[in-house]
Amino acid sequence: MDGFLSLFQSYNVPAAFLVNLELTFWSAIFSAILGIILVVMRISPISSMRRVAAGYVELFKNMPLTIIMVFMVLGVFAQLKISFSDNFDTNFFWLAVVGLSLYTAAFVCESLRSGINTVPLGQAEAARAMGLNFMQSATLIIMPQALRGSVAPLGNTLIALLKNSTVAAAASVATETSSLMSEMIEFRPDVIVQIFLIFAFGYVILIIPIGVLTTYLSNKLAVRR
Amino acid sequence: MAASNESALLFDQPGPRMRKRIRVINWIAAIVFLAVLVLILVRLYNPPDGENQLSWELWKPALDGEAWSDFYLPGLWATLRATFLAVIGAVVFGLLFGIGRLIPNVVVRNVCAVVIEFCRAVPVLIMMIFFWRAFAFLDLPSPAYWSVVISLVLYNGSVVAELVRSGVGNLPNGQHEAAVALGLTRTQSLMSVEVPQAIYAMLPAAVTQLVVVLKDTALGSIIMYTDLLQESRRLGSMYFDILQTLVVAAVIYFIVCWLLSRLAEWLPSHMQKRTLAPTEAEPVAPIAIMDPSNANQIAVAREERPLGGAQRTYHVHHRGSNASIHNWRRTRYAQGFDETQPESQIQVHHRGMGHTDQDSGHSRFPYPRKGKGKRK
Repeated sequence: MDGFLSLFQSYNVPAAFLVNLELTFWSAIFSAILGIILVVMRISPISSMRRVAAGYVELFKNMPLTIIMVFMVLGVFAQLKISFSDNFDTNFFWLAVVGLSLYTAAFVCESLRSGINTVPLGQAEAARAMGLNFMQSATLIIMPQALRGSVAPLGNTLIALLKNSTVAAAASVATETSSLMSEMIEFRPDVIVQIFLIFAFGYVILIIPIGVLTTYLSNKLAVRR
Repeated sequence: MAASNESALLFDQPGPRMRKRIRVINWIAAIVFLAVLVLILVRLYNPPDGENQLSWELWKPALDGEAWSDFYLPGLWATLRATFLAVIGAVVFGLLFGIGRLIPNVVVRNVCAVVIEFCRAVPVLIMMIFFWRAFAFLDLPSPAYWSVVISLVLYNGSVVAELVRSGVGNLPNGQHEAAVALGLTRTQSLMSVEVPQAIYAMLPAAVTQLVVVLKDTALGSIIMYTDLLQESRRLGSMYFDILQTLVVAAVIYFIVCWLLSRLAEWLPSHMQKRTLAPTEAEPVAPIAIMDPSNANQIAVAREERPLGGAQRTYHVHHRGSNASIHNWRRTRYAQGFDETQPESQIQVHHRGMGHTDQDSGHSRFPYPRKGKGKRK
């Protein structure tokens, strides 16, 4: 018990979790935007757009996140000299956000597509019978119902994103939880189990509300047919 | 194939004018994408202050025979070795805890549930770092390798456990009823009738999980496990061509994962004849605590109705680990059951047992079901 107290006194654990939450927040927004663009491309009548979106999803679904993160830092930053800020910390933070967003967008696209699959054929047929064109029927009829149907997989994607934000350690984000955990173990190897439990339960506490909220929302928003 | 089905649903068969317009937009889009590709290549060819990333000087050491024999292939072998062991361990762990979560004993069931939910919620990297350091302190041989394997076993094993549970939950009730009618106990029916079918049902989803395991071994490079990623980073730091070696590693990862994904798509049709539970791999593997899944609705929406008309009414089988359904093993819904209006539920339960659950509002009935239940 003393171990826990002294750990919390000498290390700022909540700040590290806050960094992960910030990573998750920005990546969630950017990957949602990119994912929606991808899914509209994926279901559009334009075959070249469909192919590109399918290729993107297939590429990032079958690619380890770690290699994307390493690529962002060692490839994009160190070799191509693309940077977001002169401050190293901010720069690595945004590089990690870009990596996470690119990766997660593929899963957002798949979640939305599985939501579109829940919309019955009749809805699209009715929309077409009323003379709506593709964009109209997509934005007015299909997507609102698809979004409700994809709450559950999107919630799963969000939880995975929060857990994946620890991989930002591979992109040299030194202030987030897994980096802090390594640092703490380095200096306090005597309380290694307590350190693990702090971080493990930190994630359990963060993830349970998302799971509960997802379950609640997906029941609440489900389209009754 | 799937894309064309979905698209066909969203817009009319285009007429001649629309076809022409689509063709034009198609070309414009293709040209835009190609332009983006060319821009990226130009940027690679001529970065603002760096060297030409496309030059053979940089690609040669990333591609020649020595790179393969000394770096990529040993790295790939290390990755595959860890993947293989982790998958075996995960299946054993998953079967043990998945069955443990289903057997009637309350203590065993709850202990298994807590272990599974804990392992699913903790990020794999946090587990890896912990085990790595702990094994190093305990002076065990190759701590990085074992920490990669054990972390992956714990996380993916808990996912497999949920797959076992959902596989059993998806079996038609008749399987259990028939087993009970033959005089088997609940545990016997579980072990000799339900779980064997659940294993076939979960195989495609388990192969999808294999891709996750393979991808997650790359996390091992953070804790200095010499997997494919780590080896390619070493090679890259020797010749200052890290971008090129990472691209090669990424291509190898992609090919292996893509082949496994294809296998996962091909398996369901071959497994379906061995089980009564649906064998489709989930579009999103169950990840979360209390993961609700809409796979049922997807399955219903995908169903072909040759004569058209309204969707058929089904029991919504439990898929994923939909913990929102209280007492889910005993509960069967009618499609479209509205929680706020429980009386609209088609009478699937015995009238005398029509009391509802306080916390979820779902009607429940004793298991196995007696009396006049409406079956599918």
